[in-house]
Formats: sequence, structure tokens, C-alpha cells
Amino acid sequence: MPETTVILDATAIQRALTRIAHEIAERNEVGDDVVLIGIPIGGDHLAARLAKVLAGIWNHAVPVGILDVNMHRDDLDQRAAPTIHPTVIPFDVTGKTVVLVDDVLFSGRTTRAAMDALNDFGRPKKIQLAVLIDRGHRDLPIRADFVGKNAPTALDEKISLRLTEAGAAQDEALLLKP
Amino acid sequence: MKWTRKHLLDIESLSADEITIVLDTARAFKAVGQRAIKKVPALRGKTIVNLFVEPSTRTRISFELAEQRLSADIINFSTEASSFKKGETLKDTALNLQALNADFIVIRHSASGAPHFLSRVLDAHVINAGDGAHEHPTQALLDTFTVRERKGKIAGLNVTILGDILYSRVARSNIWALTKLGAKVTLCGPSTLVPKTFEQMGCRVTYDVDEAIRDADIINLLRIQHERQRKTMFPSIGEYTQLFGLNKARLAKTKPDALVMHPGPINRGVEIDSEIADCDRSLILEQVTNGLAVRMAVLFLLNGGKGPQGVAGN
Repeated sequence: MPETTVILDATAIQRALTRIAHEIAERNEVGDDVVLIGIPIGGDHLAARLAKVLAGIWNHAVPVGILDVNMHRDDLDQRAAPTIHPTVIPFDVTGKTVVLVDDVLFSGRTTRAAMDALNDFGRPKKIQLAVLIDRGHRDLPIRADFVGKNAPTALDEKISLRLTEAGAAQDEALLLKP
Repeated sequence: MKWTRKHLLDIESLSADEITIVLDTARAFKAVGQRAIKKVPALRGKTIVNLFVEPSTRTRISFELAEQRLSADIINFSTEASSFKKGETLKDTALNLQALNADFIVIRHSASGAPHFLSRVLDAHVINAGDGAHEHPTQALLDTFTVRERKGKIAGLNVTILGDILYSRVARSNIWALTKLGAKVTLCGPSTLVPKTFEQMGCRVTYDVDEAIRDADIINLLRIQHERQRKTMFPSIGEYTQLFGLNKARLAKTKPDALVMHPGPINRGVEIDSEIADCDRSLILEQVTNGLAVRMAVLFLLNGGKGPQGVAGN
């Protein structure tokens, strides 16, 4: 049986998102051209939550998109074909500050794929990266602009984020040891 | 469930879940076709050979465009310009293509089972783009995709396939796909072209066209495959049109939301009235658009490596 530790509970997740939202607001003072784009699975729900908090700070709605990056991955022939989720970007990203939102930052390959995929939709002015958990072990020179929690992990461990939007009983981030 | 197959040879061996994976993946690829930039790098660096040993326009162009939109490198190979004319066997041609490190072979062949044979002698992924009168799996997948998109489901629908069933690989693949997904399939056409043996595949056979289409949600028309018929199967084209052709009067007696499909090439005035081919109940051109998305999905899924369970191959 894998050993399971809760690294973030529901309160900690919401607190982390609130802090990230304030950091985004601080970094991008004129909030008008900031859009959030979440990477499924996980990042899409987090982006929607961040948008809600940011709308409260800026007093206007913040556009949210969903970007599936699987067609841009670099390991497609090394694993079973991934499940592709719908990409929904109902706005033009050209000239915008895009905050990519992901649940866990690990190798950095998903982020690279996301930046590639985003290029097909336009030319953002800036791309920033917000992640709930940074677990280390980067393969690429990528770092997050906004991090909810730094969680040192071993390579063979897994992090599982469960959110109520995805049917979980309560929000929690779990560390699974093999 | 994950896709773990290496080849797409037929629909018969696929499970309903596997068909559904293709249809779900195709939905994402259809969205790619609506973007300003319609190309994704999923198959970058892969080489695909389109080995069309039997003439094809629609399917070949659709595969070519699908491959290009996935960033693969492609080689087109047709009978006219090949060593088949010089007596080379299919196996040798295929081994030569493999020696060029082709990753995928898309094959159309007049002999049933040709793709299965290639899958046994090659390491490359093999996709059946139509083999004799056996199967045309991507056509069935794009047809079921189109039906599901328009009707929201497959299970419980009445689908009537009308025309030359005996010589049609499209019919066979469609029957497999539709029955696996829970549709009720009715076959109709001249009795010489719709033998009762098809009832063994789980469909209903009738020779009364008005009865066949009365309760249909989908009417899928098939062309008479003159090139495969070694003898005359019915008295005349005129008689066929009169007895089985879909015209305005016949369509008026169907359910008002019944939709008309045809895999093409259509013969206007034979199996389908010109007016009907162009009417808003015709899905013929939508099928072509969806075919591109479905073929991208198939290529994308087959390109996946071994699954986490180490399952691969058929």
C-alpha cells in the first residue's frame, strides 16, 4: 500500500490561491489585460478559482481559458496516447498578459508544451506561470512566477490534487509514496 | 481506459470503449481544424507512407491532410507510379518502405486482409484505408462520429444502410461500429446485393425500401460498386433508381428529423436525387470534414507508445 500524506488541506489550498491572486494583482498593476489560462486536469479549475479572487480585487471579470497541451508534448510516442481535453480560449491572447495555471510543476515539460500551444492562438505580450505546488526535479530551464507551496519530493513519489469541482469530497493535495 | 493498439485494421476487433476513445479524441481534433493555425506538432519527425494500391480520392486526400496537420512527413505511393507494375509483391514493396524507416503505413488495397498481412510482416503502424469488400474502419469511425455529433448519441438509434451491401466495406465496418455502440441497423437493397446472411452480424434485412426508412433516424446510402461486381446483379440502373433510389417523395415519408448520409463518391440521380444530396438534411459534406478530424485522432492514438501496463499491439 502506498503511504499517503496530506500536503495541503482545503483551507491551505484556498489560502494559497488567495495569496497567488494577490501576487498576480501586485505584479500586474493594470489588471485590464491579464487573462488566465488553466491546463487540464486540475489547472483549469484552479484558474477559475483564481479568476474569482482576482475579480474581487480588480472589480472586473477576468477572462479564463482552458488549454490542452497534449498535442504539443514531446513524449507522445513514449507513453500511451493521452486523453485530450477540450481547449476553450474564448478571447484573443495577442497583446495580453497570459497567466498559465497548472496544479503541479514537475519536469517543466507541460509548461513548455503549453507555451508552444499558446503560440498557435496568438502572440501574448507576456506569459507568467502560476502553480499550486512546485515539487522540484526540473528537466528544463523553467520556473514559476507564482507558487502556492514548495514541496520537496523524491522522483518516484506522486502528487495527487483532488478538487471538489472534479467530484472529490473535499479539496486536498496528497503526496503518495510508493 | 487508454488506447493500446498499434494498428487500426478493422472495426470488428475493436471494443465499444475503444471506438468511443477515437470519437472523443476526434472531437478535440475537429476543434483544431477551426483554429487560425490548424497544425499541431504531435507527429513531428514521423514518416507516413500512403500506399494506395487501389484508386481513391477522398480517403487519400483526407489522410494526407490529416498527416500534414499533425506535422508528419509523408510519401504518397499509388499503383500507377509503382513497381507493382514491374511485378513486385506487396510484401517486398512494404519491406522497402520500412527500410526507409517509415513509421506508419496507410494502405488501401483491393484484396481483403492486405493490411492484416502487412501488420504481421512490418514493425510500422498499419492503418487500413479500405481492403477489398472487407472493411473501411476510418469511414465507419467518421460516420459514427457524425451521427453522434448530430444526434447526441448512437445507442437506440435506427440506422438504415441502403444500397450495395454485399460489395461494400463501408457497410461492414459501419455495421460493426453501429451495433457495438447499440444502434439498431437495418439493411436494404436488391436481394442479390443484400443477402440474408448479414442478419448474422446483428442487423435486420428487408427489401421494402419504404418500410426500411420509415422509422430511420439515419439513412446511409451506398453507391453501386460496379468495379467489384463480376456479373450483373440487377436488371438496370434505371430500375435500381426507381426501386431503391432516395428521392423527395420517399424522404417525405420518413421521420422529419431523419438525416441522410453517403460515404461518397455519390452518383447523383442513381442512388440519391440531386435535390436531396444538397438539402439541409444531407450530412455528406459534414462527413468529409469530420473524416479529417477522425483520421487525425486515429494517427494520434496509434502514435502513442506502450501503455503503463506494458500492453501493445493487437
